Amino acid sequence: MSTAHGPAGSAHAEPLLDLQPETVPARFRHAVKDAVEAARLWRLCFKLGWLDVKLRYRGSVLGPFWLTASTAVMIAAMGFLYPILFNVRFGNYLPFLSLSLVLWGFMAGVVNEGASCFTAAEGMVRSMRLPFCVHAARCIIRNILVLLHNVVVVVAVFAIFHVWPGERLPYAVPGLMLWLLDAIPACLLLGTLGARFRDIPPIIASLMQLFFYISPIIWQPELIAHGHEWLQLNPFYALMEIVRRPLLGGHAGLHLWSLSLIDSAILWVVGLLLFMRVRSRLAYWI
Amino acid sequence: MIAAPSCPVPNGTGVEVSDLSVTFPLYHGSARTLRRTLAKMRSTRFEQDQQQRMVVQALRSISFSLKPGDRLGLVGGNGAGKTTLLRALAGIYEPVGGRVTIRGEINALLDTNLGMNLELTGRENIGLRGLHAGLSPRRIRDIEEDVQGFAELGSFLDMPVRTYSSGMVIRLGFALATSIRPRVLLMDEWFLAGDAIFMNKAQDRLENLVRQAEILVISTHLLKVVESWCTRVIWLDHGMIRMQGTPEEVLPAYLADEATTATEGAA
Repeated sequence: MSTAHGPAGSAHAEPLLDLQPETVPARFRHAVKDAVEAARLWRLCFKLGWLDVKLRYRGSVLGPFWLTASTAVMIAAMGFLYPILFNVRFGNYLPFLSLSLVLWGFMAGVVNEGASCFTAAEGMVRSMRLPFCVHAARCIIRNILVLLHNVVVVVAVFAIFHVWPGERLPYAVPGLMLWLLDAIPACLLLGTLGARFRDIPPIIASLMQLFFYISPIIWQPELIAHGHEWLQLNPFYALMEIVRRPLLGGHAGLHLWSLSLIDSAILWVVGLLLFMRVRSRLAYWI
Repeated sequence: MIAAPSCPVPNGTGVEVSDLSVTFPLYHGSARTLRRTLAKMRSTRFEQDQQQRMVVQALRSISFSLKPGDRLGLVGGNGAGKTTLLRALAGIYEPVGGRVTIRGEINALLDTNLGMNLELTGRENIGLRGLHAGLSPRRIRDIEEDVQGFAELGSFLDMPVRTYSSGMVIRLGFALATSIRPRVLLMDEWFLAGDAIFMNKAQDRLENLVRQAEILVISTHLLKVVESWCTRVIWLDHGMIRMQGTPEEVLPAYLADEATTATEGAA
């Protein structure tokens, strides 16, 4: 009998697959293992995310810079109309608008695409065993790359209007970190729901449309004179403000941060519990 | 190398399946067509689980174990559960009941396009497959050359796979899948379907791969393949093991049964 080893086969790290119906502690262990294995495949996650972006614009002249171009056109158009509607100054409004739209684009992208992150990877899921977190990471990385293409527009607008966050800039970093941390359970939660209930992705899409208008994205939160407390129920409001305010040279403040952290904690608990519960069944649903 | 304490075989490679059962929930629109397809089968395979969902029993009480050197052939009609069993062995479908233990790295050649993304170029797909297997960039380059040499795609390697002829897709998929050498090789029958010229060329490469794998599980309709490659056969029928043993024991019974079914169908 040949005992030739595969070139990748190292004797000390024997891959072992031991599968059986899960007990509750095993569910938790396996969910963590899934995440750890996905982290080990980080190069695959990056490649998948990058290829997704590249693929959308393959064969076009601008390539992924179409993202930059279309964002620029949109901001220019809205930037001329809305200051007149809201009766605010161009110099104040355009930097605010460009930043808000680009940041919202990332949030909405993660939420919308997260809802189909597992179903979209159907071919991969059914042809080999892969950690499910790889698909979530792919979705997050894809949206980070889109965000980076769009940030160019924000920088340009800030330069034109001589707005600069200055020394407040580093204060946006913890907020962005929290966004990235939240993106993981958001993709796992919505992706799982989207795999089980095929109505979820369209429902999410219309909800995000709704949130775009009822959240202070294209209008400044100060415009709400009454009922400001209702705004705090909107999870996107606090999360948006902890990143946007420092970038516009302001302070996010303790209150917005505690709101964000509470929302994030809820998201993490719900996302992790659901993923633990159904991870082993996901392949059957897709 | 040191074998793990629980490990029954000295060199570690092994497949252990005990009382495996797999059921599919029927939820979606596509499930309804699945239901219609399966309606022709015995109605006993449909049942309701504790939560009153409709489920279809794809595999029931499957038990067997394989040690290094074993070549297992899975035979059975369409829908007997051959591909589902391969997927369960690959760890894609986790058991609903029972247990599956695999020691040794697995390569599963299941889908015709191996999860390839048809919009990406051949080269990009090779890169992705290498990253799946956790290979270094250097190893991936080696594999790229190997695949290029075998599949003879020329400049098509940098074109989207969507533009390939079906023969080219099979050549690429085949070359790619066989360039990563596993200890446990799981293979679905499409791999043996190709035109004569391709098969001649593929034969060597495939036999080499099969020889190097310590354990082979192959699902096929081609009894010639089972006879010449397999040391053991499992005959699956409606998700259960109808018979298992050496090819000499199982194949005559299987053929006899197929002949009866065919006559019944004709009558």
